[in-house]
Amino acid sequence: MTAQTAGVHRSRKWVYIPLTMMALFYLLPMFVMLNTGFKSFEEVSLATMWELPSSLSLDNFTAAWEILSPNVWNSLKIVIPAATISSVLGSINGYVLSKWKFPGANIVFPVLLFGMFIPYQSILIPLVDVMSRIGLAGSIWGLILVHVIYGIPITTLIFRNYYAAVPDSLIEAATVDGAGIWQVYWRVLLPLSIPAFVVVYIWQFTSAWNDFLFAVLLTSTQNWPVTVALNNMAGSQIIAWNVQMAGSFLAAIPTLLIYIFLGRYFLRGMMTGALKE
Amino acid sequence: MTASVVAETEILASAKSPKRKRFRMENWWGVIWVLPSLLAVMLFVYGFIIWTARVSVSAWKGLTPDYTYVGAENFVNLASDRRFHIDITNTIIFTIVFVLGCLLIGLGLALLLDKGIRAEGFYRSLFLFPMAISFIVTGVVWRWLMNPAQGDRLSGLNLLFHNLGLDFLINRWYATPTWGIAAVAIAAVWQMSGYTMALYLAGLRAVPEALREAARVDGASEFQVYRRVVMPLLWPVTLSAVIILGHSSLKVFDLIIAMVGKQVALDVPAIYMWTTTFDGFFFGRGAAIGMVLLVSVAVLVIPYLWYSLRQDSEG
Repeated sequence: MTAQTAGVHRSRKWVYIPLTMMALFYLLPMFVMLNTGFKSFEEVSLATMWELPSSLSLDNFTAAWEILSPNVWNSLKIVIPAATISSVLGSINGYVLSKWKFPGANIVFPVLLFGMFIPYQSILIPLVDVMSRIGLAGSIWGLILVHVIYGIPITTLIFRNYYAAVPDSLIEAATVDGAGIWQVYWRVLLPLSIPAFVVVYIWQFTSAWNDFLFAVLLTSTQNWPVTVALNNMAGSQIIAWNVQMAGSFLAAIPTLLIYIFLGRYFLRGMMTGALKE
Repeated sequence: MTASVVAETEILASAKSPKRKRFRMENWWGVIWVLPSLLAVMLFVYGFIIWTARVSVSAWKGLTPDYTYVGAENFVNLASDRRFHIDITNTIIFTIVFVLGCLLIGLGLALLLDKGIRAEGFYRSLFLFPMAISFIVTGVVWRWLMNPAQGDRLSGLNLLFHNLGLDFLINRWYATPTWGIAAVAIAAVWQMSGYTMALYLAGLRAVPEALREAARVDGASEFQVYRRVVMPLLWPVTLSAVIILGHSSLKVFDLIIAMVGKQVALDVPAIYMWTTTFDGFFFGRGAAIGMVLLVSVAVLVIPYLWYSLRQDSEG
């Protein structure tokens, strides 16, 4: 503690110079998105990109919203069920793999985990084939299923690490009282799991919201989530760059809000993803 | 009579070691609980990988599946494919710029933040927020920031450099021949360096203050403390960061698509796989690229997984 305080006293003011410069670098794209977004159509021009708007206008946001709103809605319809189902499955798997180790559980776990790292290009061809055979290609349900399945490794990992910290004696006490595997989960583990559910839910929400590869492969035009629609908007020659900027910001809002309010949990998910705690 | 004795001894045994009892019968319930997930992963990950491997040694091109066995033909063709050579060069350049950029910036920021400064939480959140944003959003914004137009059509960063009197920095970004992909890597560094910072910061916080203090008492300068005490302890963090960043640079797809579209000059294996398979219907070749990617990622990740999990069970 004393060493810590001494450190503060010793700290030099120069530290803030590189930190602030880096802060500007990180904020630059944000600034451009908002600065352009709030300009009126007349004022927008690439040559005056760095000048502040003379008055605030919502022209660009309105125009972008008109194009993207159905896709924002699609994204929500995909992401909310996907994150919910993923969390439930992850919790169950994590519970069994940490507390009811069956023979071979130590092999099952790394086998599951590897699924988190594979390049999806190595499964796309069979995926499209199977999805169209079971009639889910193009639909929102197909994409939900895919997010749930490929989310199993990370959600299992987060819950397993979380439950590993729950003392075994707690489980044993419950089993001595006659509780079975299901009752132990329902009465002992689940009430303790809220923080892990938050971590997993926002992790899955963010990665499904930000997904592009699966979405562009598996959804038909009217079911496109916002990432695919935004990319399409950016690739077209008709839609002005200022509207693209406003659209980018709109597409980023939900995950940014999560980050602003629940950043701590978001970071925890990220660290587990690197197999670090 | 005998039956009740058996029952009684069983009850006694289970009372003595509830653990063993639990490991006998109830654990099969556990298997049933995880079975749906396990089967799904076995099919959608491992089954599909085997399926792709099968396609990669087939003659399949066009819309109708054709599983005629052609051996390594698709792989041999890739080896002499000009476009695939561009892909590999681009991946190497991207990986070097991206991994080094993230490591240097991440470590630098972590060291600065570790100095016990006031608004640490604020800066940390600021450096990390790009992680929450999709690569598509990042790509669209950076595409305009790195607009390569020159002369009086100058815009984005080039215009900013001009306004600041830093004209020597003006360049053609992703339109630069050969090195264009490095511009995309800069956008990726913007997105992922905060994450590297978080990894390093966690590593720095795990270095006991007593260890640094001991070195100072022994007369080490602050620089020596970092070089001799702190940095060696950060090696495991660097290793994790290199694996995580390196494997994601092999997979990069969304960011390039959003930033520059599908251009041969800025092509990578992940995009080549996509276009040749789903735009060109060369399924055999696409599967072969998928397998090459998988093997490259596996070479990086499997030792890491093994190492991390072994440490996990020891700790």
